[in-house]
Amino acid sequence: MTLLSERAWAALAQQSPPLLAMWAEPAIVHAAFWHERAVLLQSCATPEGRFASLSALHPAAAWFERAIHDLWGLEAVGSIDGRPWLDHGRWPILNPMSARPVRHGAAPPQPEFLAALGEGVHQIAVGPVHAGIIEPGHFRFHVVGETLVRLETRLGYTHKGTLSLMLGKSPRAAARFPARLSGDSTVAHSLAFALAAEHVSGGTAPPRAIALRAAMAELERVANHLNDWGFICSDAAFPAVHARTGALREALLRACNAAFGHRLMMDRILPGGLATDIEPGGVAVLADAIAMITAEIPALERITQSHAGLQDRLVATGIITPELVALLNAGGVVGRASGRAFDARATPGYAPYDELDVQPVTRDAGDVAARLAVRVGEIHESLRMLRIILANIPDGPILTPLPPHQGGEGVALVEGFRGECLCWLRLDDGGLIQGAFLRDPSWLHWPLLEAAMQGNILADFPLINKSINGSYSGVDL
Amino acid sequence: MLWPRLAKQLFSRPLTDPAPLVDADEVRELAARLDASARRRLGRSLAIRMVDAGSCNGCELEINATQNVVHDLERFGLRFVASPRHADVLLVTGPVTRNMREALERTRAATPDPCFIVAVGDCAVDGGVFKGSYAVEGGVDAVLAPDLRVPGCPPTPTQIIRALLTLLAAQE
Repeated sequence: MTLLSERAWAALAQQSPPLLAMWAEPAIVHAAFWHERAVLLQSCATPEGRFASLSALHPAAAWFERAIHDLWGLEAVGSIDGRPWLDHGRWPILNPMSARPVRHGAAPPQPEFLAALGEGVHQIAVGPVHAGIIEPGHFRFHVVGETLVRLETRLGYTHKGTLSLMLGKSPRAAARFPARLSGDSTVAHSLAFALAAEHVSGGTAPPRAIALRAAMAELERVANHLNDWGFICSDAAFPAVHARTGALREALLRACNAAFGHRLMMDRILPGGLATDIEPGGVAVLADAIAMITAEIPALERITQSHAGLQDRLVATGIITPELVALLNAGGVVGRASGRAFDARATPGYAPYDELDVQPVTRDAGDVAARLAVRVGEIHESLRMLRIILANIPDGPILTPLPPHQGGEGVALVEGFRGECLCWLRLDDGGLIQGAFLRDPSWLHWPLLEAAMQGNILADFPLINKSINGSYSGVDL
Repeated sequence: MLWPRLAKQLFSRPLTDPAPLVDADEVRELAARLDASARRRLGRSLAIRMVDAGSCNGCELEINATQNVVHDLERFGLRFVASPRHADVLLVTGPVTRNMREALERTRAATPDPCFIVAVGDCAVDGGVFKGSYAVEGGVDAVLAPDLRVPGCPPTPTQIIRALLTLLAAQE
């Protein structure tokens, strides 16, 4: 761990590489930066319960710092936004992850929203319960007629205290929590957690496990991209494509269930390898599903691209500029659809992707159509990689147990279907978790939704939101 | 491009699964409970309002899948509605986070009687892996009395539909 002096930390607020994440422990603040094609960790002790805010230079720091204050009670001095984030005033304790949480029994405060001034500005409040089958969050819109002037998102409704439940457990026992950070990314977050735990001891999973983990990760990517493709079209009132992509996704999930014993492949990846081996015949079942999807995708692409009414909704809607992507250091589908060719499978990269010739799929327009096109391109790429992986699974064991009583720090970056999933762990000398942070890629995407909505019509909100598809539970912890 | 495909699909076999079978004992037991609480409703369909009380989104994926062409829950007269004021059933997922408790209570208050509560997923049943956290109430029981519980992490779409069919059958 690189422990900086207060002065050196404050210098980061003036100049530092692009920010990936911030979190804390009872008396230390941590930040992860993206520097020279690798994750750079910087930390600072906080004996007086505060640290210099990074939010003036890195706008994305604001949400992290608000969460740090809510959970650990540390104050970000000079922050651009001092409002609570995860703490809605409804927990029985304050600063639950600090060394001394205090009891809390006061009535919850009314949240403060940023204002929009002008003639004829109306406020519309939506959520946390939403019209569809979707996670809860609150959106405060300011509109003039149909046109959106300002959107503010308020999250935290699904905060379950995940990090606190991981402390004091072995990585093996705690693995169920990254698996349930964001159910649709259970494989990606479990893999990031496993790699971080393996990083502590310097060990790796056996080759058979590495191959099967990659297969699971690509299957998860395809299943989610099919889902998003369908919902984006459905939200533009074009359910025919959704019906087909939904059927393809269902076939894929059933194949995953036959091969791995769980439709979403939850709890299959453990630190050191896998919980169970692939079923006999599993490779063939997966290959059949992959072949079926490969055969049908081109027709669905032609329909999506040639239907004028659908394209009219998707093109030039919800534009996110390359400048904003760079300012937030956003990765994933959102970043790539605005021209930023960052894909953690390629850089920093991890086994076995170095052998699979990963080509990040990018577009430049940054609109809903571009984010859909990136997903479709990635489906093709994932299917290609799956064919190679499934044809070349090495024999051998599926688990190398972690050495017990091994302390230290580990960090890992895995490309989930939304973007890069970061996991940081500190194990004590007994090998138990002393500190942990699970950073879903959506932390850097949610703020961009607010920008993407500006100047668009209110009716396009579901479409734009779906095209970004930020995880609520993933960022609520 | 679209019309030839649609025409072809009119003549091909449906992809839909056969209907899941319900268990007669479960139906009898549920019917007895509903009778005891004097809740009955007319008709053979259910309008369902889904409330995510803090889940990880796994249950939502599978609930959404009940509407795909393979499961097709609408063929049973089951449909999801946008407002609790239109609902017969509240389908609740998640361990009921402290931050969602009030929203869940208000949603129930906005649902006309008779209202049936179905807890979907291990978290909704008893808090699941999040049991004991400062941030959760620990399952739907902490706030509302479920009529039916569907365990699983997440339960499959078939299991969810079977539970809803049991609720339908218990009212015949």
